[in-house]
Amino acid sequence: MAEIEPLKNSERDLTKVEFSQVDQPGSVGLLGHLKGFWITFSTIFKKPETVEYPEVKAPTQERFHGRHQLNRHPDGLEKCIGCELCAWACPADAIYVEGADNTEENRMSPGERYGKVYQINYLRCVFCGLCIEACPTRALTMTNEYELADDSRAKLIFEKDDLLGPLRAGMLMPPHPMYPDMTDTNYYKGDVTQAHPSQDVNK
Amino acid sequence: MSTAEIVDMITVVIDGFEVSVPKGTLVIRAAEQLGIQIPRFCDHPLLDPVGACRQCLVDIEINGRAFPKPQASCTIPVEPGMIVKTQLTSPVADKAQQGVMELLLINHPLDCPVCDKGGECPLQNQALSSGHSESRFQGVKRTFEKPINISSQVLLDRERCVLCARCTRFSEQIASDPFITLNERGALQQVGIYEKQPFTSYFSGNTVQICPVGALTGASYRFRARPFDLVSTPSACEHCASGCDMRTDVRRGKTLRRLAGEDASVNEEWNCDKGRWAFKYVTATDRLAHPQIRNSDGELVQASWPEALAAAAQGLKASASAVLVGGRTTHEDAYGYSKFARIALNTNDIDFRSRVSSDEEREFLATHIVGSTTTYLDIDRADQVVLVGFEPEEESPIVFLRLNKQFRKRALKVTSIGSKLSIGVEKLKGEFVKVAPGEEATAIAGLPLTAKSVILIGERASESAGVLTAVAALASSTSAKLAWIPRRAGERGALEAGAIGNLLPGGRPVTDASARVDIAALWNTPSLPTSVGRSNDEIYAAVISGELGALLVGGVDPLDGLNSKAALTALEKAFVVSLEIAPSEVTQRANVILPVAAITEKSGSFLNWEGRARKFDAAVDNSLNRSDLRILSMIAQEMGVSLNLGTVTAAAKEIAAIGTWDGARVSMKPIKSEKTSSLKDNEFVLTSWRRLLDLGTLQKGEDNLAGTARQCVAVISSKRAASLGVVDGDQLKISSALGAVTLPALVEDIHDDAVWAPRNSRGSQLLVNLGATHGAVVTVVKI
Repeated sequence: MAEIEPLKNSERDLTKVEFSQVDQPGSVGLLGHLKGFWITFSTIFKKPETVEYPEVKAPTQERFHGRHQLNRHPDGLEKCIGCELCAWACPADAIYVEGADNTEENRMSPGERYGKVYQINYLRCVFCGLCIEACPTRALTMTNEYELADDSRAKLIFEKDDLLGPLRAGMLMPPHPMYPDMTDTNYYKGDVTQAHPSQDVNK
Repeated sequence: MSTAEIVDMITVVIDGFEVSVPKGTLVIRAAEQLGIQIPRFCDHPLLDPVGACRQCLVDIEINGRAFPKPQASCTIPVEPGMIVKTQLTSPVADKAQQGVMELLLINHPLDCPVCDKGGECPLQNQALSSGHSESRFQGVKRTFEKPINISSQVLLDRERCVLCARCTRFSEQIASDPFITLNERGALQQVGIYEKQPFTSYFSGNTVQICPVGALTGASYRFRARPFDLVSTPSACEHCASGCDMRTDVRRGKTLRRLAGEDASVNEEWNCDKGRWAFKYVTATDRLAHPQIRNSDGELVQASWPEALAAAAQGLKASASAVLVGGRTTHEDAYGYSKFARIALNTNDIDFRSRVSSDEEREFLATHIVGSTTTYLDIDRADQVVLVGFEPEEESPIVFLRLNKQFRKRALKVTSIGSKLSIGVEKLKGEFVKVAPGEEATAIAGLPLTAKSVILIGERASESAGVLTAVAALASSTSAKLAWIPRRAGERGALEAGAIGNLLPGGRPVTDASARVDIAALWNTPSLPTSVGRSNDEIYAAVISGELGALLVGGVDPLDGLNSKAALTALEKAFVVSLEIAPSEVTQRANVILPVAAITEKSGSFLNWEGRARKFDAAVDNSLNRSDLRILSMIAQEMGVSLNLGTVTAAAKEIAAIGTWDGARVSMKPIKSEKTSSLKDNEFVLTSWRRLLDLGTLQKGEDNLAGTARQCVAVISSKRAASLGVVDGDQLKISSALGAVTLPALVEDIHDDAVWAPRNSRGSQLLVNLGATHGAVVTVVKI
């Protein structure tokens, strides 16, 4: 009786057979071993990729998802309107927002509403960036900062003060009134490029 | 509608499915029965159809003849042979709906991120389900100033409005407060208020709830949360005895808003502004958090629970004690107080009526009200409704809405017996039987009623002698139905639970030996006290005279009574154990204070005026505060008695086991009404009631709500005004032996002998300021 030739792997439907029935790779032979060692050996002569962190810090990719930042309009008013869409989008439930009314005396952002409480819990955040996509005012963006280790849970819940971007040239610390004769729509269109002297209420 | 009524059924075909519905049903409702959702904004099942938004367009064909264009399904009743094609089967209807949606969105601002409705918005949802994903509109949207206050608690954002007229129709058809209307035409059409009259309706909150977009929003809830932040719990309203079904929305342990729930047999889909917007007292910062004991220096110091419970038990055991429980406890808690008084204190000295009350009332309640089964349905079927000492709009707003519904539907005759014509009765076009305060009984006697009539008695009926006797006589001679509608949510429950001196739970008279045996067997106790207990005022008097030494007080404001001085003196003198949620006149004088759970932190039920149980669960989970019931059990344990009422469920079970009493009732001693003596020139007889929105404890901290309270005035008749030389707006000083209040005058339809002022409003707290109430003679002078 003639022996039946066993099927080769390429002739089998591998999704339908047991693992044990599949031919496993056998001995690679001496040449195979030498091939492997050659890779190791040749690496000795290459420039090492190791970075002496934290003394040396390699820059991240431009679109690296790092710590969040709450941005400001060019006159210093906050862009966040406290709409909670970031919290809604967050798959890890890491964001907590409470909105509040802007008043003439206490204006934090253009328009009616601002984010009174803004917290991101970095123990929960998975840096997926869905919050950034959800933000209707581009108030929330991500920086490239990745050093977010700390020694207590409380310290890793970032408050609004920790997340707000710095005041740059031409900006004034809110609360202050809106740019004269501008509406919130003008702010979004980019018509406001820096603070107007009349907005400086502390002067 | 009675079941015996024969209803014509009409069969129509909608999207290929046959459905049979009663004649007169609108196409949109018939489709709902098949589970076919036609998009809509203006349509509301409780409002008259208007066809304002045009979103519900469908293709209709009757007996082979098709309408040339799609029709609004919310305005067309079904007809035999009708074939309806909705957006699901008719491309024409679908295109029409998409066109309407595109049109509605032309001027709708893209401010969903800051809009309170965002996330629960019918416009958002239906724009997704039946709108284009892109708009062809390239122009500039029409804008309005936003938002504007149409009252202190309702904000209007005209840009967002889709002109569905739900709010204006509600105000006109349901509340009869037509203070808002649609102004202008075309693109500039907008909801507006009258120039000089803000939207001060007691029911304005409902317009916020039924607004299908974010055009009307509540000032208190503005920007506070998003729908997905909130945990909703079905609950019941703790304010009045109407018994509204509610929904409580909580964010992180804090109640942020309350909405009217749906219960067709009680509040339908409405509630009043007090129920909707008065809840901050629960989270007020001055809530009691820890037990306190008064030390030997007379100071209240914080104590541990075991210490405080031991001190309470010791004090209550040391001398004869009585129980004062306010009308705001749940049915189960009231039952706890009732059982505690009988078992732990061995007394019938318990009274839930922490207000002006009389012995006549107590007997009336025991004879005619406990176990009574008059319901809202009886109002719906009544041929006439008589109001005695009761202002539905101010004291039980949902009863008013029900009366108003029947008045609008079939011109229900409402007769009000009183001294001053109220706004509510005016709206109901009621017959106003004008009598001098204190002489109501004579007017009641002759009323021609039938067995289908309903007499609604308010808690103020106890304030003039003989009224309840006359009501009882009228009810028995005409077999009209009786209903007692107290102002507070817990009073009916407390009555059924026997938190009153002459009744045991389930309406059993304390003087009836077999009734006592019933209860004693259930409670596993050898005997129960036999004599009728003291009433509120008698308890205070007994403390002052030294017969009683200790008081257990829960949820009582001693300033609600006629003789608040005596109440405060008694509280000073007695050993007082106070179960409270916040510091009060009682806790200031208490020896032991035990903090209890507020309504959102516990479960339980209220019995509304019908005696219908309104169950609710704790809206705030994991509260450390315990219910009154639990604390009473712990005090009893300390006293060496077992109440066996560890949980609300246990209490509810025991209450169910008691059932109703079919034995002999207490008989009522008839009381004669007293005629007032003749009045001098500047003497008047006082009449008054509490307004819905006033200085009530449960409305603390609600400034937006207080902004819509009615104006505080002193009302006199035109004849007396002429003789005093008074015109509207003059300052009137009303004074009694105790004090005086000064209010602007208003000349209205009131009995010549009477002067009316609100009982507990800003600048007019009659019980405290005057020590006087309905029927007292006061002097009025112009200043």
